[in-house]
Amino acid sequence: MNLAGAQTFWYFYIAIMLLFVMGAYYIIASFNLIRVLIGLELLIKAVTLLSILTGYLTHNEGLAQALVITLIVIEVVIMVVAGGIVVCIYRNNKSLDTRKLKELKG
Amino acid sequence: MALNLILLVLLLVAGIWTVLTTRLVRSVVGLALVSAVVSILIFRLNSPLAAAFELSVCAGLISVIFVTTISFTQRLTAERLEERRKERLGKYWYLPVILIIFGILLVVFKPKLDFPLPQVPSEQDTRNIIWHMRHVDLLGQILIILAGVFGVVILFKEPKK
Repeated sequence: MNLAGAQTFWYFYIAIMLLFVMGAYYIIASFNLIRVLIGLELLIKAVTLLSILTGYLTHNEGLAQALVITLIVIEVVIMVVAGGIVVCIYRNNKSLDTRKLKELKG
Repeated sequence: MALNLILLVLLLVAGIWTVLTTRLVRSVVGLALVSAVVSILIFRLNSPLAAAFELSVCAGLISVIFVTTISFTQRLTAERLEERRKERLGKYWYLPVILIIFGILLVVFKPKLDFPLPQVPSEQDTRNIIWHMRHVDLLGQILIILAGVFGVVILFKEPKK
């Protein structure tokens, strides 16, 4: 098994890689905690699309869908917990700026 | 191919808007748009179940989570917003340049993608795969959801006075 049909879909790979670069740049350049989470979401979107595309090219759409559904469930839980952590940090510091998170306990 | 290309361009435009916009809520709307376009692409790649999940959960539920989180924070004043806009302009003008250079490099040096992949059982029915072949994943998902619920209960608990 190989990705023989991948050359036909080269434009998909380029868009996925650009989306990934966008998410990574957002995480690196932003100091706002919510924006960091949005950047993480962009990265996850790129990975989701790549998984589905690989499943399509290898004729394993069923397996790719099962993996993506698992990924989405985990993604939601991560976002809910991360949202809770962000709210807690905001209550304690009155700011979402990561540069101001220097005075943590421990 | 033409429709796929249009959708991919729309995906990138929505992604750039998500990154560059100043207001957080607009950024979340951009993210929801990215999710919606991704779900259409997934649907076109012959995976309707994953597309439905992506649209309902990622474009819907996650946007609600983000908007709820933003609503707990304070709104910026007009002066602070203007200040932030100038600061962001200085920080993010590199992004379109990086994307254009990276895109041109990828088009010129098309990566070879004909590497071998491991053999996996070929089953097309997603329900069979989830319930019979990868049921350990389901157990993991249930545990993660319970851990998430536990985490939220702990995090949103009001401190005793």
